[in-house]
Amino acid sequence: MSKNITIDGKTIPFEDGQTIMDAAMAADIYIPHLCHQPEFTPHGSCKLCTIKVNGRNCTACTFPAMAGQEVLSETQELIDDRKKITQMLFVEGNHFCPACEKTGNCQLQAVAYHLNMLDDHFTHFYPSREMDASHADVMIDHNRCIFCTLCVRASQQKDGKDVFAISGRGINRHLIINSESGLLKDTDLDATDQAAHICPTGAILIKRTGYQVPIGERIYDHKEIDQVSLETEHHQHGE
Amino acid sequence: MKQFIQDLAETNRYQATNLLRILREVQARFHYIPEEAIEQIAGLLNISRTQIISVVDFYSFFHSTPRGQYELLISDSITDHMLGKQSIIDYLSDKLNVAVGEVREDGVVSLDNTSCTGMCDQGPAGLVNGYALTRLDRPRIDQITDLINQQKPLDQWPAELFLVEDNIRRPTLLLDQPIQPGAALKALFERGGSETLAEITQSGLRGRGGAGYHTAWKWHLCYEGPEEDAFCDIDAQKQQQRYIVCNADEGEPGTFKDRVLLNSYAHQVFEGMTLCAGIIGAQQGFLYLRGEYLHLCDKLQSVLEERRQAGLLGNNILKEGLNFDIEICLGAGAYICGEESALIESLEGKMGIPRNRPPYPVTQGYLGKPTVVNNVETFMAAASIAINGGDWFASVGTEKSKGTKILSICGDCSRPGIYEYPFGTSIQTVLNDCGASDVLGIQIGGPSGTFISNHEFDRKLAFEDLATGGSFIVFNKSRNILDIVNNFTHFFAHESCGFCTPCRVGTALLKKQLDKIIGGHGSAGDVVVLEELCQLVKSYSHCGLGQTAANPILTTLERYPDLYQSRLKEISYEPGFDLDGALETARRMANRNDAGAHLAQIEANEHE
Repeated sequence: MSKNITIDGKTIPFEDGQTIMDAAMAADIYIPHLCHQPEFTPHGSCKLCTIKVNGRNCTACTFPAMAGQEVLSETQELIDDRKKITQMLFVEGNHFCPACEKTGNCQLQAVAYHLNMLDDHFTHFYPSREMDASHADVMIDHNRCIFCTLCVRASQQKDGKDVFAISGRGINRHLIINSESGLLKDTDLDATDQAAHICPTGAILIKRTGYQVPIGERIYDHKEIDQVSLETEHHQHGE
Repeated sequence: MKQFIQDLAETNRYQATNLLRILREVQARFHYIPEEAIEQIAGLLNISRTQIISVVDFYSFFHSTPRGQYELLISDSITDHMLGKQSIIDYLSDKLNVAVGEVREDGVVSLDNTSCTGMCDQGPAGLVNGYALTRLDRPRIDQITDLINQQKPLDQWPAELFLVEDNIRRPTLLLDQPIQPGAALKALFERGGSETLAEITQSGLRGRGGAGYHTAWKWHLCYEGPEEDAFCDIDAQKQQQRYIVCNADEGEPGTFKDRVLLNSYAHQVFEGMTLCAGIIGAQQGFLYLRGEYLHLCDKLQSVLEERRQAGLLGNNILKEGLNFDIEICLGAGAYICGEESALIESLEGKMGIPRNRPPYPVTQGYLGKPTVVNNVETFMAAASIAINGGDWFASVGTEKSKGTKILSICGDCSRPGIYEYPFGTSIQTVLNDCGASDVLGIQIGGPSGTFISNHEFDRKLAFEDLATGGSFIVFNKSRNILDIVNNFTHFFAHESCGFCTPCRVGTALLKKQLDKIIGGHGSAGDVVVLEELCQLVKSYSHCGLGQTAANPILTTLERYPDLYQSRLKEISYEPGFDLDGALETARRMANRNDAGAHLAQIEANEHE
């Protein structure tokens, strides 16, 4: 007997062990997210994928699907609040999209467009953050890190390494590098590692590849993130 | 240092779960965690250096740069402020010649603020190298200054500086009739495990930490374990490793009842844990004691030892075949570790970041095994219930809140201390007993709870009305509500673990926005923005900390909207930032502070 949940009134099936995010993706339903990639253990920290399950806010990427759940996702309230959470991520760091190498290919930027975010709304923190350009092929701009831990998980779970970690508490959270010097050059990170490519923002970049794709041909120039996400991540999930 | 750390790792059996314990020792010895130590510990424990760095960064009592040989911390709780904390820390800073947040040039002493140390009935309070100092006043500070300048070892300091009083003012059901050590366990073995659990069910006991989950359900769920084990045969179930954790990370500002219970009723608390172990079949228990209560640690260890000698702990307890022991683990300055899954992470030697739930600790807790986490008072009550029966307890209280609640009362009252009341007692009764007059309002349940005004004193202590983990702070009419809210809001921003966006960024934004309004820089619309932000933090945060962090603002905004509005500027447009404030860095760099280096916000200021 197949089990079902409903998302915004649409009945979709799920299998035991699936999260609501898994079930939604399998049914071609996009729920905004930044810290989640189906290949890795869900983290549940960005909170963009918050949905209402039987009236209660839950994190879609970590919450198990259970028969009979009535899930609301695309309500005006949730859309507005997801936008505000995205704005929080923008003001917390230093994100200057027009000058960023990742612009047009950036998930943070694409989610912001998807949610129709037109300003930053909140007061900027303008934190003073470092760059690490010590590695021959990969650089880190801490200004753009949103602490999603995708690089941490990719390094551990896919690359079989342990290059990154998130340290600190509260607003002082920061990405740290696993080397005695604390610099990227002294780690075993390779430019071909998945951890070097997984960043949803422009915090981890491959050197000498910036601005090579002309405007008009970048990932999000003609497609919104919902479409891109379902095409690419659903595929990964099906593997 | 190499040998010291080598020995330390060996004593701790090279277990990564003992990381906090090891780091506490390193911090105590070197007054910081040196990089070489991190490298060496990583090697010895076979964990990554980043795990250690992140733990050092996370907990307030660990430092990556040297602190003073005498590390002085002054409690920043609102109750300490009400007792004159600010003038005390200023005086200290002056006498010791060290700025707050700094280390004196000779490296002898450092001074800083710390979150509530749980001495609210005997403040202003502080910590020196982790040991509690109470009733700080100028003569005491003069004395402390001399001791530090003479570099007298702490064990030669006069004992009265470290004197912590119980101040039990109103003992009733539980506090009046402490059990005889072993009596609850004898009752358990006579009655049987499931029958004793039935008594706990009958008692209606709910968790005393504040959330109020039914204790018997929790124990039952832990006994059942994960779903996949439910179909195991009984023998396999019996072999399942389970853990009992007593949450003594009493960090909610204004709460200090667990400190008193552990000081004077430790046998009963440990007996409650052992009782639980006997019912659900656990072999190992932990008392997670907040770092601020270091002064209790030796005494608690000796109580545990007494119990082992008396056959109440260890192998074959009371010769009934039960094997169970308790280990004490000290925290290191992180309010979030009072959240049960963060506490478990901390017990495992990690940052105290709350886990995703489900699974809940009762099925996957410490090291992934079924774990019961209960408050100190809950275990204590359970031990009494095992002896006196469920009806004895359930006959007191209200329909949904059975038994009594132990309150830590402090603030503006003549008799601060520990009071035990049946649930259902009115706030007015409590106020009469503790000697409070001219009351403006009360913070019930600490900053994460509710602020009630003086029109609400007929409300009742109960899960169905005013729930509290024990914090009860009285404010008289000389107090400024916005000062209180400001203190609480800063507290949450400081204690947010930073895991999820709404709490990490939201609590910091709440602090900024409130500072703006209180500082007189708010304008029309700023209170609306504040409230909107509160709702966002409350609705979307990952755990209870974030979900309650906006309560101080929300509960006072609801009651005193004019108070907030009155701080706003009457100007026609809304500046996004403080123009003059933004020039502060430039002024500092130019070493100027003359009139010409300041800018008026906008010309409309003249109309104020």
